[in-house]
Amino acid sequence: MPKGTVAITAERCKGCGFCVEFCPTHVLELSSAFNAKGYHPPHMIAPEKCSGCNLCGMYCPDFAIFGFRLAANGESKGATK
Amino acid sequence: MSTTDLHVHNPVEELLRQDRIPTIWCPGCGIGTSVNSFAHALLKQNIDLDKTAIVSGIGCSGRVSGYMNLDSFHTTHGRAIPFATGLKLARPELNVIVYSGDGDLASIGGNHLIHAARRNMDILVVCINNMIYAMTGGQAAATTPGSSLSTTTPYGAFEPELNLVQLVDAAGACFVARWTAYHVVQLERTLEKALRKKGFRFIEVLSPCPTYFQRKNNMGDALQAMLDYKKRSKIQHGCPTWETALTPSGPIIVGEFVDREREDYLTRMRKQLGPHYSEFPAQQEEHVSEGCSREC
Ligand SMILES: Cc1ncc(C[n+]2csc(CCOP(=O)(O)OP(=O)(O)O)c2C)c(N)n1
Ligand code: SF4
Ligand code: SF4
Ligand code: SF4
Ligand SMILES: [Mg+2]
Repeated sequence: MPKGTVAITAERCKGCGFCVEFCPTHVLELSSAFNAKGYHPPHMIAPEKCSGCNLCGMYCPDFAIFGFRLAANGESKGATK
Repeated sequence: MSTTDLHVHNPVEELLRQDRIPTIWCPGCGIGTSVNSFAHALLKQNIDLDKTAIVSGIGCSGRVSGYMNLDSFHTTHGRAIPFATGLKLARPELNVIVYSGDGDLASIGGNHLIHAARRNMDILVVCINNMIYAMTGGQAAATTPGSSLSTTTPYGAFEPELNLVQLVDAAGACFVARWTAYHVVQLERTLEKALRKKGFRFIEVLSPCPTYFQRKNNMGDALQAMLDYKKRSKIQHGCPTWETALTPSGPIIVGEFVDREREDYLTRMRKQLGPHYSEFPAQQEEHVSEGCSREC
């Protein structure tokens, strides 16, 4: 059970790659798929390594991704509405 | 498992005007990254958002006021600080934050920057320094490092650049710091500290402009600019600001350089006027329209 996960709003992504580069545990990669604007949004390639630290969210200039922690039962923890 | 199932939301979003996203910023522009640090700092410090106003001039960086879900004031080019000063004097209870570019704050508006620091006006200024007039096509600004290429310096700038942190330090700012868009966590902490302080506070954020500055100077894309910041930055808190000059490829000295106590303008005014001083009577809340959002 990973400690965290990310939420991605693919349509906002402009494919800069900041989230991929600065994720400390290398969870992400830009996918080969396109969004409507023609950019390649990120996807998780190693979800089990995600700590929910939200560094990807801090770096994303387009508010297209953010990370959050999961409780042991898989529910979200914090960052809830 | 979708995010709606988990009922999660990015805490930054409540501070953004959702109807204006996506932004006009180019892919990898560092301005948006700095907004994350700023939004988290506001939330962590529990700042009363109803008493917080953000003021910008014109430029790509100046768009921040329009994207933040705060009382926003998108002013004329170079004049964000005068508008902010007026706002602070009329409504001293507000947290007034200026968020704008290097061209706006330090080139066309450079004189206002000096004098707001001298007066120790109680405002926080966040200056996005991409070392260029980006919005209008990459012309050289007062911050363009000597010998760099730009639209208006095809042979390399003949003029040396202004060191903004040294300038505002010399003019009397009470808090002065510099980070880059790479330093998201450090920038957030410094913003939190600056939000708690009174007086003229200045934070310079070096930020990639892949479309003009990086491209004209063959410095690669935005990600490369971020990796370059990571490689070249040296954290030196308390470093004398005359030792922090920026060069095209030398080390980038970052950190909190100045943190001093000095009476701010309003405190001095109140003191000197004594019983003659009176606050403006509370204004009745008026509905103000969104205003013109065109760039000029
Ligand atoms: C009085 C006036 N002069 C010139 C302009 C044109 N202008 C608009 S934005 C800009 C440059 C802004 O540069 P900066 O503040 O560094 O912001 P950036 O776009 O780099 O983020 C200029 C010269 C203007 N709008 N008004
Ligand atoms: S939340 Fe942290 S660990 Fe997870 S993808 Fe984002 S940066 Fe990586
Ligand atoms: S940082 Fe944001 S815009 Fe850049 S690739 Fe990742 S999700 Fe897309
Ligand atoms: S022109 Fe430069 S500063 Fe303006 S949005 Fe594009 S990358 Fe950012
Ligand atoms: Mg600029």
